[in-house]
Amino acid sequence: MFSFASFLDLPLIWYGLIMTAMFLYVILDGFDLGVGILFPFAPSDKCRDRMMNSIAPFWDGNETWLILGGGGLFAAFPLAYAIVMPALYIPVILMLLGLIFRGVAFEFRFKAAGKSRKIWDVAFHFGSLGAAFMQGMILGGFVQGIEVDGRSFAGNPLDWLSAFSVMTGLALVCGYALLGSTWLIMKTEDATQDWARKCAAYVLTFVAIFMGLVSLSMPFLNADIKNLWFSLPNFFMLLPMPLLSAGLLVLLWRDLSTRREYRPFFLSLGLFFMNYVGLGISMWPWLVPFAVTFRQAAAAPESQSLLLIGTVVMLPLVLAYTAFCYYIFRGKTSHEATY
Amino acid sequence: MLSNLDPVILARIQFAFTVSFHIVFPAFTIGLASWLAVVEWRYLKTGKDVYQEIYRMWVKIFAVTFGMGVVSGLVMSYQFGTNWSVFSDKAGNVLGPLLGYEVLTAFFLEASFLGVMLFGWNRVSPKMHFASTVIVAFGTLLSSFWILAANSWMQTPQGYRVGDYGLFYPTNWLEVVFNPSFPYRFAHMVLAAYLTTAFVVGGIGAYYLWRKQHVKHARVMFGMAMLMAVFVAPLQPIIGDLHGLNTLEHQPAKVAAMEGLWETQRGAPLKLFGWPDQEQEKTKYALEIPNLSSLILTHELDGEVKGLKEWSRDDRPPVAWVFWTFRIMVGIGMLMVATGVAAVVLYFRKKLFDTRWFQLWCMALTPAGFISVLAGWFVTEMGRQPYIVYEALRTSDTVSPVIGPNIALSLLAFIVTYTFVFGAGSYYILRLIGKGPGASEKAYGDHGVKAPPLVTDLGAETGGGKNV
Repeated sequence: MFSFASFLDLPLIWYGLIMTAMFLYVILDGFDLGVGILFPFAPSDKCRDRMMNSIAPFWDGNETWLILGGGGLFAAFPLAYAIVMPALYIPVILMLLGLIFRGVAFEFRFKAAGKSRKIWDVAFHFGSLGAAFMQGMILGGFVQGIEVDGRSFAGNPLDWLSAFSVMTGLALVCGYALLGSTWLIMKTEDATQDWARKCAAYVLTFVAIFMGLVSLSMPFLNADIKNLWFSLPNFFMLLPMPLLSAGLLVLLWRDLSTRREYRPFFLSLGLFFMNYVGLGISMWPWLVPFAVTFRQAAAAPESQSLLLIGTVVMLPLVLAYTAFCYYIFRGKTSHEATY
Repeated sequence: MLSNLDPVILARIQFAFTVSFHIVFPAFTIGLASWLAVVEWRYLKTGKDVYQEIYRMWVKIFAVTFGMGVVSGLVMSYQFGTNWSVFSDKAGNVLGPLLGYEVLTAFFLEASFLGVMLFGWNRVSPKMHFASTVIVAFGTLLSSFWILAANSWMQTPQGYRVGDYGLFYPTNWLEVVFNPSFPYRFAHMVLAAYLTTAFVVGGIGAYYLWRKQHVKHARVMFGMAMLMAVFVAPLQPIIGDLHGLNTLEHQPAKVAAMEGLWETQRGAPLKLFGWPDQEQEKTKYALEIPNLSSLILTHELDGEVKGLKEWSRDDRPPVAWVFWTFRIMVGIGMLMVATGVAAVVLYFRKKLFDTRWFQLWCMALTPAGFISVLAGWFVTEMGRQPYIVYEALRTSDTVSPVIGPNIALSLLAFIVTYTFVFGAGSYYILRLIGKGPGASEKAYGDHGVKAPPLVTDLGAETGGGKNV
């Protein structure tokens, strides 16, 4: 039975891989959930068609990262998967239901005519909004800690619900709306683009406020997090992180008043990256905060080794043909019926 | 009242409900993707528009079905954790990597190239488009490979040891993946998926023929479907028989339940119908054919077949469920074989495409594959009970620490959502079928997502514009 445990730090590698997959999910599905959040506010039906078309070829692949996140966690850290899912039972189920509504809306909306199309517009919007909000609450519920006894969740079914998780829920909705609006700036033109630019400027204010709020409240959740960020010399070593985030915010703000089309989206991705890394630093080394570390949750070395082979071979391929698909559908999107 | 709800039963109902809903979509898309690849190949080869028009009609149905498959499948990938967390913890080392491979090798492949298949007509060359269809078809088969390996391991586990906390650890991956029931289950399921698609396509072809609509297209659909009925439908009972013998070797209790056989006996009769009574330990009102069960299972007239009483009451599967769903599956399989035979006879009488009763017959069998697939899965999954991993882990020991009311409410939410969403999906598919293949559509026309050089001639979004 082969295992690479003798010369590779498998749990660490897998921690990195899962975190990467989750990040890719957040930014990729983030922009298309964001488009769904902004959907009803668009100035015209044509504009909505165009928004939908701009993400239709991608949403399926984007959502697959969430399956990889779930499946990967199950494979590489089964204990964490087994504790976190029951702990976050309600928001996970609600998120899945939201994703069902918005996922089918893509196909159904193109097929529906007249009034029934409105049903799928509503399903698309509220599905996206609900899924985004629940993902934010899942994040909040996760970050504030999960009660564990032995090898299972031992808390209350509503432990995840708190002022903090509501805040992270709203924060993620705004964050996704920012990604969605900057994506539209990049992929559309004329009236849709102008409107997207206004949206981006509007939600950016909220994103900035929420970034501040979440960052400030994190240290109060747990003494270790407070120590990590506010003890010397850590404080100075980590200082570039908030400074860089602030720099990105300012740059993005200025870009939105120019005719730039591509940079706002990538700056938004940068903002997400900074927040994600900041969160990662705070949570280190917990995989079930503050009860189980990623080393304790790791699957058997044989299991992690087997899947690692597949990942090393497949992940670059997956990234390559994902990039290929984005390349095929490059450029601006029209509003016409699709296929 | 809500607090008395049994989490195990509820979690099982919820899983059965969501997975039953889910399996319908892959059972259809596995076959449909392969068939679309054949149709597109015919189009590229012959250049005949009829193939291209059939492709364009069915790719839309494929898209709707695939979309529903993705979202209902997403639910599955989280249900292991939400409802069966103890199982996830214990079996994660063995099953996790298999599911991981499914996502890595199949899901991304399918999802990415589906985009090209649907929206890429005017963006990639016809050959690249064909390649995308083939890749998607290959992806669906790869996905079945991994998920059936995982399921088969739960049926006939091997290549593992049990360590601390009762956790399963893999000792030999080849043994895990190629466990005894896997090759049979894989072949059986892929054939089932192909037959399901064939009977849907054939049924709809028959509907058009019956109504004398889209006759040119209908002949192709109906003809191709009948080829499957003639050549593939008879293979399924053979594979099924081999699968059954494999089950007899590894899961004899399941076979005893399928046969409704309580006493171990030589020369066991085949019970055609009857009512298995779990309490009284007998099959009532049985209509029997002497010695046939022994003949089928042991290939000897007086071979010994084990009865359910060999196992203690707690170790028996729910017999009536297994017994009846097995009969539904086999019955439909027989109808499919009969369809193939009838098709051959009608073909040689040169009446295959215009026999009214046969068109009605094929229309009636349109949903047959789905029912049969579901029934078959009920046989194999219910037949594995009371174990989640056969003879190694009991289902009742693996449920999540989630309270009954929460599972009940989420079950209700799933039922409402699925009924609404998948009801609407079925409605749209029926409408697409009603519309039929549109002869007016051009081969590689304009499909919404515009190619970069065309950016300049786009109309304004607010009224007017030449694209209206």
